[in-house]
Amino acid sequence: MRIAFIAALAAGIAAGGPAAAQISDGTIKIGVLNDRSGLYADLGGEGSVVAAKMAVEEFGGKVAGKPVVLVSADHQNKPDVGSAIAREWIDRDGVDAIVDVPHSATALGVLSVTREKNRMLMLSGPASTDFTGKSCAPTTIHWTYDSYAMANSTVRGLVKQGADTWFFLTGDNAGSHSQERDGIAFVEKAGGKVLGTVRHPLNTLDFSSYLLQAQASKSKIIGLANAGGDTVNAIKQAAEFGIVQSGQRLVGLLIFITDVHSIGLKDAQGLVFTESFYWDQDEKTRAWSRKFMERFGGRAPTAAQAGVYGAVLHYLKAVEKAGTDDSLTVSKTMKEIPVNDMFSDNFKIRADGRVVRDMYLFQVKSPAESKGAWDYYKILGRVPGDEAYRPMSEGGCPLVGQ
Amino acid sequence: MSQLLGIPPQALFGQLLLGLINGSFYALLSLGLAVIFGMLNVVNMAHGALYMVGAFVAWLLLSHAGIGYWGALVLAPLVVGAVGLVLERTMLRRLYKVDHLYGLLLTFGLALIFEGAFRHQYGVSGQPYPIPDLLKGGTNLGFMYLPTYRGWVVAASLLVCLGTWFAIERTKLGAYLRAATENPTLVQAFGINVPVMVSLTYGFGVALAGLAGVLAAPIYQVSPLMGSNLIIVVFAVVVIGGMGSILGAIVTGLGLGLLEGLTKVFYPEASNIVVFVIMAVVLMVKPAGLFGRER
Repeated sequence: MRIAFIAALAAGIAAGGPAAAQISDGTIKIGVLNDRSGLYADLGGEGSVVAAKMAVEEFGGKVAGKPVVLVSADHQNKPDVGSAIAREWIDRDGVDAIVDVPHSATALGVLSVTREKNRMLMLSGPASTDFTGKSCAPTTIHWTYDSYAMANSTVRGLVKQGADTWFFLTGDNAGSHSQERDGIAFVEKAGGKVLGTVRHPLNTLDFSSYLLQAQASKSKIIGLANAGGDTVNAIKQAAEFGIVQSGQRLVGLLIFITDVHSIGLKDAQGLVFTESFYWDQDEKTRAWSRKFMERFGGRAPTAAQAGVYGAVLHYLKAVEKAGTDDSLTVSKTMKEIPVNDMFSDNFKIRADGRVVRDMYLFQVKSPAESKGAWDYYKILGRVPGDEAYRPMSEGGCPLVGQ
Repeated sequence: MSQLLGIPPQALFGQLLLGLINGSFYALLSLGLAVIFGMLNVVNMAHGALYMVGAFVAWLLLSHAGIGYWGALVLAPLVVGAVGLVLERTMLRRLYKVDHLYGLLLTFGLALIFEGAFRHQYGVSGQPYPIPDLLKGGTNLGFMYLPTYRGWVVAASLLVCLGTWFAIERTKLGAYLRAATENPTLVQAFGINVPVMVSLTYGFGVALAGLAGVLAAPIYQVSPLMGSNLIIVVFAVVVIGGMGSILGAIVTGLGLGLLEGLTKVFYPEASNIVVFVIMAVVLMVKPAGLFGRER
């Protein structure tokens, strides 16, 4: 099969383009791999599958004349489970590309499989910068955001306003460590000071003890370097302990709209954070999101879910253009054509696999400002992608400079 | 308000108080488990799920019927207790004569079904539930800020725990109940309806879980996963205290809450496992648990 591939590829190149379409086993198979039952299930989960379906339907269910098939599975936030599914999908089911994969540790496990097997991996859910740093691979694309861009945009904005002492409340897992590391670096770079950090286990119910330690530090800002249910519980309980009333501000380094929904505007109001996508941002995002909400029980899409749509759409465009599902060729094509969808405007994909997209600083509305369901954010500012993301030279990706 | 928080002894005191608050949740949940195990010999794996149902009933009452916290505090345990009665009458009852393991498997399956159904309907992110107006705000104790609601949780659960202990160990009804578990045939011969008593005991045990759910709703998110996050710890509490020992469940629940609080100060990363380390040690040294009797 491999020889056939190379032959076809050679033929394709000889013919000067996608005329000799070569799709192995006659279908394009895309696997949505994420948490479908645990604490990240609402920010990705079935919603990501719905988003991927919307992208496939936009292509009429076919690309380069061949049908597109979607599969999905629950990786349970366990690296071993995630890698086993990826292996099975690729070896047995002929899956060509895997998307989403929140929970950085699991995504790193899956990445080692896709790198070994040379398949596309388009990450939307996970936050670690390692995917475009020391663990980068030619077939990996990091789509929606990363911890560096989130921390960078948020921290710079706040330190500039005089919020120069920070305390980090950090989840004890790979993605959150990465958030904390980036957060600390930016605070110090911007001239602020980090007074302390405390780490809590994943899936913590009671944050009071950590919050009191944060309170004792007397920092102006408490940075939440965690995600999902952990962020929600931390913010709810901070309100209970009067932390915001006593003058400290909470800043989320990774907040999704589902988190704000779950906290409720009363406790979440005033929270400042960075996201790459908000459903009610402009005409284009609204139009797409309305379609999504119709199909997903009225729930607004998260940035991770919007990213899955964008990634699948762009992947299909590249397969169409390249006329093959060979991952190295497709990945190269994906990096050649500009990224365009409802929340991407001619964005580039760098050699290390980073989609350089604009990021937005948001603030959660007060209950009085909100006009209806899911009307939660106001935009404070936009950070151009080039300023938001880590420069390629600092990531240490071995692919760069080759 | 944090003038003393920098000083270790006072900070420690704050953490101990927080531990007591968590401990009172553990106590309330493990109490229900202990009552059910002690009287029915059923390892009720559905306890966490029913705690979650209690919280959801409170949320549903508020969002759909406009019934607030105080109403929910009475209604939700009744609803959960009624669910428990139905489960006991229709399913659990058939398993009393076979090995404990079957009851464990049945209730575990029920827990998965409850969680799955709520997850399907409401997602995992959880629903917001406000703190009732009367219990808003807090008091500055000098060494920490105590939210009024947390104080209320400690008081309410201690009251319920002690009341339950008293009812079972010190009243005539409790004596009947204990006698019925020792020798059901004989107690029945005295004209007491043992099956009804056993059903009511199960209903009461899970109603305690429902009550804990309502108490937890304003603090944690009301989420389908809230029970499974907690149930394992609570089981460890029951094992450490001694399966079926009511006083053991209460004392161990509070004690472990305190210990967990201390761990969060000295080595936060280990706070999730400290309970299980203690469980392992206790099982090796005293397999029946700290307050348990050898059976």
